[in-house]
Amino acid sequence: MDLAHQAVLLSGVLFAIGTVGALVRRNIIVILMSIELMLNAVNLAFVAFSRIWAHVDGQIFVLMVIVVAAAEVAVGLGIVIALFRNRESINVEDASLLKW
Amino acid sequence: MVGVTEETALLRWIPLLPLLTAAVHGVMLGVLRRSLPREGVIALSCGSVILSFVLSLVAFFRLLGLPEGGALVDDLYTWIGAGHFAAEMGLRVDALSAVMILVVTGVGSLIHVYSIGYMDEDHREDRGFQRFFCYLNLFTFSMLMLVLGENLVVLFLGWEGVGLCSYLLIGFWYADRFNAYCGAKAFIVNRVGDFGFLLGIFLLFRALLEAGTPTLSFAGMEAAFGAIAEQTVQLPAWIPGPSEWRLPTLIGLCLFIGACGKSAQIPLYVWLPDAMAGPTPVSALIHAATMVTAGVYMVCRMDFLYAAAPGASATVAWIGGATALFAATIAIAQTDIKKVLAYSTVSQLGYMFLAAGSGAYTAAMFHLGTHAFFKALLFLGSGSVILACHHEQDIRKMGGLKERIPRTERLFWIGVLAISGIPPLAGFFSKDQILAAAFASHLPGHLVLYGMGLFTAALTAFYMGRLHYLTFHGECRLDPAQRDHVHERGPTIRVALYVLAFFSATAGLFGFPEALGVPLGVEHPHSLWNFLAPVLSEERHHLDHATEYGMMAAAVGIAVGGLLLARALYREPSDLPARIAERAGALYRLIRDKYYVDEIYDAVIVRPLVFVSDRVLYRQVDAGLIDGLGVNGTARAVRLAAAHVLRHAHSGLAQGYLFFLVVGTLVILGYLVG
Amino acid sequence: MIQVLFSLFALLAVIGALAMVLNVRNTIAAALSLVVTMISLGGIFVLLEAHLVAVIQIMVYAGAIVVVFLFVVMLLNLRRDVFGPSGQRLTKALGAVAGVWLVYRLLVLLEGRLPATQPLPDGFGGYRDVGMALFTDFLLPFEVTSLLLLAAIVGAIVLAKRRLD
Repeated sequence: MDLAHQAVLLSGVLFAIGTVGALVRRNIIVILMSIELMLNAVNLAFVAFSRIWAHVDGQIFVLMVIVVAAAEVAVGLGIVIALFRNRESINVEDASLLKW
Repeated sequence: MVGVTEETALLRWIPLLPLLTAAVHGVMLGVLRRSLPREGVIALSCGSVILSFVLSLVAFFRLLGLPEGGALVDDLYTWIGAGHFAAEMGLRVDALSAVMILVVTGVGSLIHVYSIGYMDEDHREDRGFQRFFCYLNLFTFSMLMLVLGENLVVLFLGWEGVGLCSYLLIGFWYADRFNAYCGAKAFIVNRVGDFGFLLGIFLLFRALLEAGTPTLSFAGMEAAFGAIAEQTVQLPAWIPGPSEWRLPTLIGLCLFIGACGKSAQIPLYVWLPDAMAGPTPVSALIHAATMVTAGVYMVCRMDFLYAAAPGASATVAWIGGATALFAATIAIAQTDIKKVLAYSTVSQLGYMFLAAGSGAYTAAMFHLGTHAFFKALLFLGSGSVILACHHEQDIRKMGGLKERIPRTERLFWIGVLAISGIPPLAGFFSKDQILAAAFASHLPGHLVLYGMGLFTAALTAFYMGRLHYLTFHGECRLDPAQRDHVHERGPTIRVALYVLAFFSATAGLFGFPEALGVPLGVEHPHSLWNFLAPVLSEERHHLDHATEYGMMAAAVGIAVGGLLLARALYREPSDLPARIAERAGALYRLIRDKYYVDEIYDAVIVRPLVFVSDRVLYRQVDAGLIDGLGVNGTARAVRLAAAHVLRHAHSGLAQGYLFFLVVGTLVILGYLVG
Repeated sequence: MIQVLFSLFALLAVIGALAMVLNVRNTIAAALSLVVTMISLGGIFVLLEAHLVAVIQIMVYAGAIVVVFLFVVMLLNLRRDVFGPSGQRLTKALGAVAGVWLVYRLLVLLEGRLPATQPLPDGFGGYRDVGMALFTDFLLPFEVTSLLLLAAIVGAIVLAKRRLD
């Protein structure tokens, strides 16, 4: 198996770890970081595909993903701060007003 | 027998006029909620029926102008059109229906006029008066449609209509629940008969359809009947009895079941005595002169069918004869004046079916006409008596009315003589012809039938005499307070009685038998026979005149004997009848309590049916299964699913939602890839 | 040689990821583990001939985004996060299983469908190559993402500022 294929495999593993982290942890900040991990895994996959097909488009896409991740982190952490101001807690289970 | 037909728009007005007035009353009372003044109601309702009678006369005379076997027709529109089959909304006046419309509108007009006086009290009650005439007009319309229909479908329309009006009119004073119950009983028993009737229509139609001539018009059926007359029908094995039937016999029996319901024969007669709960004019019109004769008319209309079905005809005759005898035995022990007349009606209808079953359709129609006259007379007379005694109907409490209301007594006596068959009144001629037909027929056991008819005649004379003497003669057993108020009724009541008495006396002339006419030098004296013969497929019986004279003498002798016996027992107050009743003991109680037929029906049919309907079908199936499981159960299931299961999907936690997202992605992946 | 480097970086990435997810108490430690993962990924990018992207990854992702995380953690003055038992334990357990299963399915999807790596042209992955593509073929997405950034900035400021009352 050549390098790029191994990279795809690694990307899958990291994505899994990120998904589990987003589902299991209760600390909002750690959840957001897990989502970042998932995005990174996707970036890795894109770069690997770009290498396999010798096309630079994959890398362009990685740039786009990084931009979106940056924007998302900015806004997301802004929400976390606003939430913390109101509840004094970053436990995601304390922010469940939409429950039945 | 199909002959010349002439189209005329006259016919439609005969049933249309009463329908229009009924509609006016209906709209006024039901929609506008206002009532006409008394004079308006009278003018409208009586006027329309009297006009119908005049038009019927015009039609009759027009018919006479046509060659024999002709008919007037009025085709309004195509009511049902399905492929090759068409049922027209069409009216037809041939000799048979001409007789019927004259009877219906003629007697009907008289009874409308009578009702003005009889229902007078109800006009002070809220809208009762107008409502009565509305229903009466509606009934007249339905009955006319029944007899004027040119096909079985229109006939059935009228058939159902008169059933409905009967229900409405029997339960007219519905505030008393018993009256409503009697109306419902009439309707339900009729419905049972109608089921058989419909089966007959379906069988007939299917056979005609398969033979390539799908039609239900009488003219068409008669023409096409020859092709199917020899067919047989196979019944499924689970139906008891023989599995193979001749088609005409089966149809004839099914149609006759309907006639049993409508015309109160065994076993569906039970509604008629209870129908006496309605006002007396209703009893006179519907349950004596017109509606109950619909069955007889139907059999005569379908004469081509019954002529080809000897089995069915024999059944008709036997049931008719048995009913006549059976009802007469009950009548001799009844104590309500109207009940006696009710059972008498059942008995006389039995005579008509006896004649029809023997193939003597003309005799049946003749008796239908004469019976209409004298039974209406008797009922209206009894109504007069009831009013005079302030709504007393128990003859044990009457008596001695002869001095107080002599004119009513005279007219009533004419009715009694007519029904007993005393010449020269009408009943003698019609009854005699029925007995002769039974005697001369080829039916199995026709001599027994003749004997039954003869004995019934004796009973008839007896119980009518008993009724008359107990009501009018002897001591007056009324309360003193009532006694002083007994007086003759007003002119509207009396005119009807006079006219009916006149016809009861003279209608015999229409059916003057040959045996009597020939010696008098008249070749064909039986005008009714001459009139109807081209329409009815009937063979003339050939009895020699000597036999006929013998039978006439026997009938008259028996009738006179019955009347004399009644006179001996009941004219003067005595305890002889009571002692006889005591000696007879159980037998007397049996006939007084009408052989417990109502009780048997109640126990065997009504109660189980009500039980199944209420306990099983209603509580278990409807409320339990369909409501509980289906409607409420579905709601409960949804509630459980949503409240206890789906609820947890909305935890409010983002992680829960993310979980579902992942699961969803897995499902889609699985579907797309795996 | 390259393979050895790749395996090393891969191992580091996984360890960093696991450390971040499994770390229960110290949020700062979690953030720093994420940095380790990102830098390792940057290395892998280089090995995959994506040089510009690798540098941008380290500068922007590891250098800016995770730093923002650290800022926020320190701003909120979070020390140990000790939470009580989760009320969603079953869901979380199922969620973990589902997550792993998801990846397994993804890999099954890809198995055997990837072609062999093709030869690369010169200058592949360098700034000139990527820059040309970015400003010619992908000009519109480039401009749109700049608008996205603008919106994000405005949003972040609005969310985070204190009320003026």
